[in-house]
Amino acid sequence: MEANVVKDEEVELLLTDLLDIHGYDFTDYSRASLKRRINRLFTLDRFPSFAELRYKVKNDDTYLQRFVEEITVNVTEMFRDPFFYKAIATEVLPQLSTRPFIRIWHAGCSTGEEVYSMAILLEEANLLHKSLLYATDLNPSVLEKANKGIFPLSQMKQYSKNYILAGGKNDFSSYYTANYDHVIFKDTLRSKMIFSTHNLVSDYSFNEFQLILCRNVLIYFDKDLQARVFKLFDDSLEKLGYLALGAKETIKFSDISPKYTQLPDKEKIWRKIA
Amino acid sequence: MAENSINKYQCIVIGGSAGSLDVLLHVIPKLKVDFHIPIVLVLHRMNSYDSMLTELIATKTTLKVKEVEDKEPIKAGNIYIAPADYHLLIEKDRMFSLDFSEKVNFSRPSIDITFASAADAFGERALGILLSGANADGVDGMQAIKNADGLAVVQDPKTAEVSFMPAQAILNIEVDKILKIEEIPDFLNSLA
Repeated sequence: MEANVVKDEEVELLLTDLLDIHGYDFTDYSRASLKRRINRLFTLDRFPSFAELRYKVKNDDTYLQRFVEEITVNVTEMFRDPFFYKAIATEVLPQLSTRPFIRIWHAGCSTGEEVYSMAILLEEANLLHKSLLYATDLNPSVLEKANKGIFPLSQMKQYSKNYILAGGKNDFSSYYTANYDHVIFKDTLRSKMIFSTHNLVSDYSFNEFQLILCRNVLIYFDKDLQARVFKLFDDSLEKLGYLALGAKETIKFSDISPKYTQLPDKEKIWRKIA
Repeated sequence: MAENSINKYQCIVIGGSAGSLDVLLHVIPKLKVDFHIPIVLVLHRMNSYDSMLTELIATKTTLKVKEVEDKEPIKAGNIYIAPADYHLLIEKDRMFSLDFSEKVNFSRPSIDITFASAADAFGERALGILLSGANADGVDGMQAIKNADGLAVVQDPKTAEVSFMPAQAILNIEVDKILKIEEIPDFLNSLA
């Protein structure tokens, strides 16, 4: 089992080190999850003591990358919540289709499964040629994976099921080539993606978008940080643009909420109306 | 939670898997109308899209039953249900957090995670109850509750539709109480 070795005060010490030495600000992350991730990693990497973990995080840049990647959650799927994607395809993309150019931001994209899902939807709506998908994350290593477009073959059965439920029009396997136990997605999808590091905590708006997706990222933030990120999204979203969140996330209690209206079908998609 | 300070326990987490729903449908209708310790239900579910569980349980009680929302404060008199496909954690400032990290014991929500988190947040004022199930999820979490001097309660495996989960807890942990299904309502009512 995951030990509960690293104590609350020690979590705070690590967070201070991460900010002071490395510029990663996790101080407004929800503690329960963060503490669990740190203890999980402590067990996984078999540290003999907290002091050794702390030393390594402070001084070993290679380990730092692993640490940041592991304490942030990088679990994702293609077409996760298929009905969400169906709503994007039927409610959002037709509205965006009249624009000369479509800019989409996947904030906290992790290893990119959602970005590829979106590119497939755009391709099937015949919009991919005039779209750009900006995909950002704070971990450079997950972006590298995302940029390669290589995913385990073992996942494809589930993804194909999700894709069909999402209203996919083609044979899902037509989007990739299998090679041993991995698949690589088509270059045409990847050619419309731009991957870049961006930290929602500390970085600013960098463009104006018609659609921003940030799913299952805000749950790791405390309320204050959630509010700041909503402001960042609002600053980065064109009027009549869309903001899409995870199944259990909402803008309902945030300051920006009066400027937005939720789509009628219960999916977590809001349109900026003011 | 001033009205809660007279109670020894400030949070009751009930975990269950196969065969646990029937237990809850027996227990929940028998809770006092003014039962005022928050109850958190973490159940393994087959279908990630169903919201039926919340509605089903709500029909059995006058207490407020709701699926947890992220960063929702934990309030007395409510029965909270962990949403499908998220882990449910409890913050020290008595708020829920959701988490979509890796499955634990092939489960999301994992009972272990919520039990351990309740132990961390509530310490000796956490109470965990482990019901029927075919999986060992919940055993490590129960140990965490014990380590924090909380109370570990297990459904009597003889009364469980699937005895593996409670039996594993009894085998591995010094549990405080082993209760038959019909004893659970009185036990809970005696606390609040």
